[in-house]
Amino acid sequence: MKKSVFLGTLAATTMLAGIAAAQDGSTLAAIKARGELICGTNTGLTGFGAPDANGNYQGFDVALCKAVAAAVLGDATKVKYVPTTGETRFTALASGEVDLLVRNSTWTYSRDTSLAFDFVAVNYYDGQGFMVKKDLGVSSAKELDGATVCIQTGTTTELNLADYFKANNMTYTPVTVADDSEGQRQYLAGACDAYTTDASGLAASRATMADAENHIILPEIISKEPLGPVVRHGDNNWGDIVRWSFYSLLVAEEKGITAANIGEVATTSTDPEVKRLLGLEGDMGPMMGLDNEWAKRAIAASGNYGEIFEANIGSATPIGLARGLNALWTQGGLQYAPPVR
Amino acid sequence: MAVSAKSFVRADMLAPKAPPVAQSGAVKWMRENLFSSPFNTILTVLGALVIYWLVASALPWWMNSVWNANSLTECRDIVTAAAGEGATGACWAMVRERWHQFIFGFYPSHLYWRPTVAFGLLFVALAPVLFPAAPRALLWVTGLYPFVAFWLLWGGSLWTPILGLFGFVVLAAVYRALNGRLGVPLATGCGIVAAVLFWMFLDVPLLNVLSSILSLAIEQVDSDQFGGFLLAIVIGVTAISMSLPLGILLALGRQSDMLIVKTLSVGFIEFIRGVPLITLLFTASLLLQYFLPPNTTFDLILRVIILVTLFAAAYIAEVIRGGLAALPRGQYEAADGLGLDYWQAQRHIILPQALKIAIPGIVSTFIGLFKDTTLVAFVGLMDPLKGITQVVRADINWKGIYWEPYIFVGAIFFLFCFGMSRYSMYLERRLKTDHR
Repeated sequence: MKKSVFLGTLAATTMLAGIAAAQDGSTLAAIKARGELICGTNTGLTGFGAPDANGNYQGFDVALCKAVAAAVLGDATKVKYVPTTGETRFTALASGEVDLLVRNSTWTYSRDTSLAFDFVAVNYYDGQGFMVKKDLGVSSAKELDGATVCIQTGTTTELNLADYFKANNMTYTPVTVADDSEGQRQYLAGACDAYTTDASGLAASRATMADAENHIILPEIISKEPLGPVVRHGDNNWGDIVRWSFYSLLVAEEKGITAANIGEVATTSTDPEVKRLLGLEGDMGPMMGLDNEWAKRAIAASGNYGEIFEANIGSATPIGLARGLNALWTQGGLQYAPPVR
Repeated sequence: MAVSAKSFVRADMLAPKAPPVAQSGAVKWMRENLFSSPFNTILTVLGALVIYWLVASALPWWMNSVWNANSLTECRDIVTAAAGEGATGACWAMVRERWHQFIFGFYPSHLYWRPTVAFGLLFVALAPVLFPAAPRALLWVTGLYPFVAFWLLWGGSLWTPILGLFGFVVLAAVYRALNGRLGVPLATGCGIVAAVLFWMFLDVPLLNVLSSILSLAIEQVDSDQFGGFLLAIVIGVTAISMSLPLGILLALGRQSDMLIVKTLSVGFIEFIRGVPLITLLFTASLLLQYFLPPNTTFDLILRVIILVTLFAAAYIAEVIRGGLAALPRGQYEAADGLGLDYWQAQRHIILPQALKIAIPGIVSTFIGLFKDTTLVAFVGLMDPLKGITQVVRADINWKGIYWEPYIFVGAIFFLFCFGMSRYSMYLERRLKTDHR
């Protein structure tokens, strides 16, 4: 009796509270009323999203959360970060616990369709690669026939690996590990010849090894891993806001607008697209329910796409990732924003 | 006859000689314990080799420990400089830089005194429960402690815990008023209904009124800022203290003659024991969100505490059932013969004996529960072992560090669990009244 009454009341009160909140269905309105963007993030991935020693979230993915918060609420610090694991991330988004998921999640067909999500953009083009010890004498993944490979269990990388070896008519022995730190440990201890995970993760692991010069990352990238921000089906306006918050960062890089010079550009620029983006011309913001300075704030939050890349994972950081596919389309990459018009 | 100067009888005793080398001291001990037979000799030699190998491989790592560095690379450089190329060393500089996250999670650093005070008060509150020598007046501290600790940890208005406490006062008042007429279970039920009605309908309006008169608020801290051992202890202590009474009720319910009570208790216990804790944690984290309407914020830590409590209660119930089963039938009959009613018999005769028998089982369930709190990492909470460790490793400065965070967290867990284990042995000795 004790318990059922307690749970009953609990359920009843939360239902009442929930119904009151659910009546206003728009995510944007809910965020504005709350005064805080709830951003689903990684529990800790080097360079992409993790709390620092003071508990402040930093990283490439986190910077996008900040840009969206700046665009919507006018304050890049008004973000509540909810750490999600590989298992809880999609439920957290689907159940409305988070407004937006920026957690290096790969855009796949089934996630986009049957999970009822929208991947609104790709903020990082990743792909699965291999790391081997130099003295193994291997220079291509095609030479890995018969190798033992350390692989994180229960991930798409495990399936990609099987596909790749099958397609190239090779065999391998998997050594399954639970997470990246264990994978790195096993690889260094010599339990496997090669370690495979996303290329960005390999670069970060290699950067922190005591003998980085003795390890090489093989040139083959065996899978497509487009990572990007995810929103729920059913609120396209909110999806637009996230998408264009990201694109505004790309356009900013294309037009040479940085966090430092944005004030100056806003007063001196004669480029009509820049003027539209920064809210000096036209009436762009209200088209998606924001004011005209939304993009200006989004860019000012952590700089343009290139600045965010360089500050968190770029060649100046210990991780040292090259822009590669993530260069702007004008520089041979895939990052391409539709026109602001 | 004069006594000859040359006596054949000794007038003075010889000083006792030391026993033969082979029959005393370390040699005797080693002969008896280590080399008593060829087989034992072989085992001893093998054991010594293993110990030597362990020490030889781990000792340099411990000896080369580095305490002052800003990154793992710096640690390695210091070790190389001090011990030569290829040497390995522990990098405790990580602990030095990040210990506060292992202990407090992301709790705001200027408020660290609040969990610290709450932790200190925990021992004051536990003293009268754990040690009979402590003054009985401290029991009031024990009763008030949950509310004080809640206020200290989460902050906000002081009126929230006061009104929460007042609900229990309502419960007690209703129980007292009705106990004589309706008996224990019904009076308790009415009390709970009254308290719940109070919390549902009067709590919030009263809170608003009182806060507007006198705010009494301290800085609020959200649940998502909890982490590390703060989180493990909050979940552990709450679940431990709530699962014991719940477990006792379930164990009694399982022994009951009343069909519905018995069926519900058995069903609950068997269901909870039949599923792994991780399943329940995922239920707390994922499934409950689907049941609740969108945009409901029902604190994840609260959800986890409830599910962990239910999980522990089912195990405690079975442990206590073991204690009840060990009591001779005569004890129950003696209680009946004295004319005690059911609750009196349980309180004065059955439970004191049954709980005493069950102490080792109860404590080991508690120890297991406390360690199981690290499983909350799987639902995205920042437990010390995996959650915080992952955060630390995600920092490019400390990426690649492996043993140090595990050893640090393991050592702290060991202190807690060893303390609990020692206390249970003390309790067993103190309560021992028979002559087994």
